[in-house]
Amino acid sequence: MPTRRINWYAFAAPKRFYQLAGVLIPWFGWLAALLGAMGLVIGLGIAPTDAQQGEVYRIIFVHVPVAWMSMIIYLAMAFWAAVSLVFNARLAAMLALALAPTGALMTFLALWTGALWGRPTWGAWWVWDARLTSELVLLFLYVGFLALHAAIDDVRRADRAAALLALVGVVNVPIIYFSVVWWNTLHQGASVSLTSAPSMAAVMLTGMLVSALALWCYCIAIALARVRVLIKERETDARWLSNKEDWA
Amino acid sequence: MNWSSWDEFWSMGGDAAYVWGSFAVVGLILLAEWSQLAWRRRLQRRPACAQPAADEVLSHEAANET
Repeated sequence: MPTRRINWYAFAAPKRFYQLAGVLIPWFGWLAALLGAMGLVIGLGIAPTDAQQGEVYRIIFVHVPVAWMSMIIYLAMAFWAAVSLVFNARLAAMLALALAPTGALMTFLALWTGALWGRPTWGAWWVWDARLTSELVLLFLYVGFLALHAAIDDVRRADRAAALLALVGVVNVPIIYFSVVWWNTLHQGASVSLTSAPSMAAVMLTGMLVSALALWCYCIAIALARVRVLIKERETDARWLSNKEDWA
Repeated sequence: MNWSSWDEFWSMGGDAAYVWGSFAVVGLILLAEWSQLAWRRRLQRRPACAQPAADEVLSHEAANET
């Protein structure tokens, strides 16, 4: 029986990827809106009041998803940066560059919502705790990546320099993740892990996971939309872009 | 549902500023990111507008190379 195999390398061509992204964006966008609405209803409406923290714990429904995404996007960015260096693939470099602004925003939001949660529960907006400090370093890495890329005129050279920075910075992601284990931090340990039962009520956990899934979809949609803009910016001279129906 | 009135919901047990301050900023940032990208995309679709800027960049590049 002959099996049909999908040639994944075909999508390394910016033209094909541009069209694929155009198909995927509405799906991820609407899924993000739907799951986001569900997450809000569960988190703000259905989930019960926390026995220790009262209502302020509801920040968890945005804080944990943005903090997860800030690390996951960095890993994805570093992955595409590595692909762009190893295979000298221009689409991979564009993907890395498209992920960086969203990652920086997620990191900023993790710090912001964390400060608003820390003030009523710890009595401080900010402490120089290993978790908070390593997350701040992550923000600087994103900003550094974007600044370095913007500082070099030749985009292909900018891609390579920024990719190297992204790869060096990837060491920070496990430091953030394990900081609560390795050091004695004010920040609490992980509530959810793959190896142990979650230490929270089922409704709360559901709300958090639905919100996280919504943010996943949002980030995929916005990164694909940004990569389409980047492709168009960089390939303006390519012949396929002069065919109007190709980039509808 | 564990809320008996809208007032109780909005006050969030006295921590309204922290809870709504988090949710509102997340919502605003996501909205701002989306609209900035939509704006950048719209600019791209107007070749007449984009052209002078591109020419300017090219002339700068030419100036730098000599």
